[in-house]
Amino acid sequence: MSYLALTDADREEMLATAGVASIDELFRDIPEGVRFRRELDLEPALSEPELVAHLTELAERNVDTGRELSFLGAGVYDHYVPAVVDAVLARGEFLTAYTPYQPEMSQGVLQAIFEYQTAICELTGMDVSNASGYDGTTVAADACFVAKHVTGREKVVLCETVNPQVRQVVKTYAPGFGLEVVEVAHRGGVTDPGDLRDAVADAACVIFQQPNFFGCLEPAPDLAAVANDVEALPVAHVDLVSLGVLEAPGAYGAAIAVGEGQSAGNFQSYGGPHYGFLAARSDFIRRMPGRIVGETTDLSGERGYVLTLQTREQHIRREKATSNITTNQTLLALAGLVHLAWLGPQGLREQGETCMALGEYAKERLGLPLVFPDQTTFKEFAVRVGRSAKDVIRDARARGVHPGYALGRDYGGLDDALLVAVTEKRTPADIDRLAEVLGEVAG
Amino acid sequence: MAAEESYPDDLRYHREHDWARVDGDTATLGITWYAQDALGEIVHYEAPSEGASVARDESYGEVESVKAVSDLISPLSGEVLEVNPKVLEEPETVNDDPYGDGWLLRVRMSDPAELDDLLDAGAYRALLVEQ
Amino acid sequence: MRLIFEKSSPGRRAGSLPAYDLPRAEVPEELRRQRPPRLPEVAEPDLVRHFTALADRNFGVDTGFYPLGSCTMKHNPRVNERVVNLPGFRDLHPLQEEEASQGALELMWRLEEILAEVCGLDAVSLQPAAGSQGELTGLMLMRAYFADRGEADERRVVITADTAHGTNPASVAMSGFELQKVATDDRGNLDLDDLRAKVDGRTAGLMLTNPSTLGLFDEHIEEVSKIFHDAGALLYYDGANLNAVCGISRPGDMGFDIVHINLHKTFSQPHGGGGPGGGPIVVRDILEPFLPVPAVVRDGDGLRLDYDRPKTIGKVRGYCGPFGVFVRSYAFIRAYGPALREMSEVAVLNANYLLARLRGAYDLPFDRLCMHEFVLSARNLKREHGITALDVAKRLMDFGFHPPTIYFPLIVPEALMIEPTETEAKETLDAFVEAMLAIADEAAADPQVLKEAPHHRPVRRLDEVKAAKRAVVKYGFEAHPDLAHAPAEGQAVEFQKGA
Repeated sequence: MSYLALTDADREEMLATAGVASIDELFRDIPEGVRFRRELDLEPALSEPELVAHLTELAERNVDTGRELSFLGAGVYDHYVPAVVDAVLARGEFLTAYTPYQPEMSQGVLQAIFEYQTAICELTGMDVSNASGYDGTTVAADACFVAKHVTGREKVVLCETVNPQVRQVVKTYAPGFGLEVVEVAHRGGVTDPGDLRDAVADAACVIFQQPNFFGCLEPAPDLAAVANDVEALPVAHVDLVSLGVLEAPGAYGAAIAVGEGQSAGNFQSYGGPHYGFLAARSDFIRRMPGRIVGETTDLSGERGYVLTLQTREQHIRREKATSNITTNQTLLALAGLVHLAWLGPQGLREQGETCMALGEYAKERLGLPLVFPDQTTFKEFAVRVGRSAKDVIRDARARGVHPGYALGRDYGGLDDALLVAVTEKRTPADIDRLAEVLGEVAG
Repeated sequence: MAAEESYPDDLRYHREHDWARVDGDTATLGITWYAQDALGEIVHYEAPSEGASVARDESYGEVESVKAVSDLISPLSGEVLEVNPKVLEEPETVNDDPYGDGWLLRVRMSDPAELDDLLDAGAYRALLVEQ
Repeated sequence: MRLIFEKSSPGRRAGSLPAYDLPRAEVPEELRRQRPPRLPEVAEPDLVRHFTALADRNFGVDTGFYPLGSCTMKHNPRVNERVVNLPGFRDLHPLQEEEASQGALELMWRLEEILAEVCGLDAVSLQPAAGSQGELTGLMLMRAYFADRGEADERRVVITADTAHGTNPASVAMSGFELQKVATDDRGNLDLDDLRAKVDGRTAGLMLTNPSTLGLFDEHIEEVSKIFHDAGALLYYDGANLNAVCGISRPGDMGFDIVHINLHKTFSQPHGGGGPGGGPIVVRDILEPFLPVPAVVRDGDGLRLDYDRPKTIGKVRGYCGPFGVFVRSYAFIRAYGPALREMSEVAVLNANYLLARLRGAYDLPFDRLCMHEFVLSARNLKREHGITALDVAKRLMDFGFHPPTIYFPLIVPEALMIEPTETEAKETLDAFVEAMLAIADEAAADPQVLKEAPHHRPVRRLDEVKAAKRAVVKYGFEAHPDLAHAPAEGQAVEFQKGA
């Protein structure tokens, strides 16, 4: 198949206009020593039906959440994505546009980002949001970079209860930023403010996650206070779905709120593309990485939107920029906005309440010992399965149920721990089925 | 209202387009008409804090327009006595009146001998012609 | 047009989710949300109309010609949207067991093989989320490579061209290297004398876009490569302009050791108004041990994810990267097969055709055959009529075209950087030429019409100074108590879609 539009006659005429005799002559400035003179060793072209058949065959070798009953979460969740999201994202004016450098051509996407920024600020209790980052991991690294510049300090404190994917990315970025990373172990599933106090001296920021990777609710206001006491920036890594029922980070003293937006409006998609959000107090607006949309007026005084405070960014400030980011995740963030507008405040709160209620129901029905029995959990919780959680997963999957995530993959001493996620899509009957299967396969 | 091009004779100039007005052991600093014109309308002034020290030929802050950032180069070394609050609030004051209300910083000079290395208005004008 | 928040009415809602008859679980008082978030409260029909109206106020490749230089705004085939939404891809959890995600692993494996062949290099990591993250990852690899050789303290400097995208110097700074810039000579190549003077034992590497942001292939690339490799340094290829040379010249053959590819440019991932993108990196075998984890590896009949890489830099993004982007780009490439070469040939033909037809009306700072894009200067119009590149860009909108990239690269005054891509028909290119020529004529005859352009968009020229000064970056709920006075939807500015 072909996505090209030129006919042979077009080509002849255009070559003549360009003043060359052949296509090959167009490339005469490329030294012969670096010309590639054979054919690319790629498989033959496929027609559209062949392409669909080939990709379908690959897709069907995956077991998606439509093909087994899944309780897998651990950072990416099988929440419902409304059909209006599909409809909006299918609009070519959004899908096939570049970054809105020319505001008169891009009022649609600029206004949508402005609305997204507003929604993120409302949910997180912050003053300013950027237009999105790559995902929930990189926005945490971005927050460290902001904190380093704001405080002039060179240490990041990471709670061990933060998603291991996030911690790995922060640790990968840190050396280039000139930052040292210190981790604080958990105590019974959450971070102890006393332990944090011992680690926080001279820190640029403290990153904690609410609800944390184990699903447990951290004493977030206390953690933020410990950080604020020594003028380290408290960075809250939060789940948008929880913010209908859990307090906004801005309300308990966080300086920056970041997180993975996938839960709101994105499919699981084997990990991406999704969007990360990053919002902060207004003091840090000139330190924010990434695009920010601002309101203004046009020559006639009509309201309009533009990319603003661009002097922060790489195309102007170059090596002194607040980040090298250019591409963000606008389309996925747009999906998030549509999703949140579809839910509304009431819907978001109900969704959070439903997840929590299902979680409590599941804990009771499973009847397995909780790994962290003293903690309140949101939509995810850890149980002991009496033998290797990996083996339990294998045996449960053989019965058509994916029971969750093996915490031993990231945490020592938890080889028999299974992290179970329930979203509003899992019914009490689904949970009954999980209980039945785990009853058969747990040790 | 943008100012007319001028380079007052009572000022000393730095080749990075900054000026100093000396009064006893203090100096008032700002950017020249040429610098503000090259930047366009100034929308932000990133100032040092009062009490900080500034060093000759080094950056003490930044001014920004919508599409450009410029380092502010200090013509003199000293201690910051005052940051112009009007420019913090209304940065376009620098465009309106670069040598008057649009001053940026007042410093106590630590080495008045540095004045000898600065240009007078005539030499600065000559520099602009070269550029 | 009103914001979705201004269409909100308490108690209205669009969505419904299942409600189960279960006891309520309580959040401890000190962690409970005190004030509900002011999310929009709208019914679904109004929600759909709102976003339809926003889409109408936006311009994409689907709307019309989008010659935004350096952004490679080619057609996004719709079959790619169909296959990315197959449930086996869309609803696959990234932590699904390896034996249950073999299709995904196979797709990534195959895409890696293709990218390695196109680049003439050995190993690939698909993980980086965008070109700029690919740059950062590549520089991390450089640092790890020299640290492994015990040269971390000496190899501190990375050199970039003065024509480089801003991401290059920003990535250098973020990865902890020192930056040095090399000049461009009068044919648009790297200045070899300047380069020789700057490359020494402190040099870690070069970052270069080739063809450059001027749309010119560096005629001395073999010599450039030799200068760096002789000094023990590495070469990094910024793949922003790879669309010019697929199957024609390979970065690995040019001497580059690390390449990033912008999947959203060369391989047609739609860019969604700013993202997503994909920035895989492709490297020479000496750098493979340092690549991010996990790596996709063959293991008997199947594939698995290998985390056991002792020298890895770590992870730069969650999971395996933006998988949906891989699906689209893989599908795009499979539709071409070895004819990817023709894609680049036509991209270069289209650019040279436009260049030949426009060169009389606008200044051409570097007079050579171009590759997939070229840079004109409106300095003649500015000198003669006071018309700037910005005015030309804004006026193009009235002719129904997205403007080119302007004021970049920085070394060309009043730059207009034009990249047509391979997917445009000759008739479209001709219409664009006519518009550009008409604008050059208008600059002489009626400059005011350019100064006030655009005239036919939903908004007129916007005040960016005001936006930067006031920095209103979210809706001011408190400041808008009188929503009743907001203009009704029907009174919004009229405009022609696509005009």
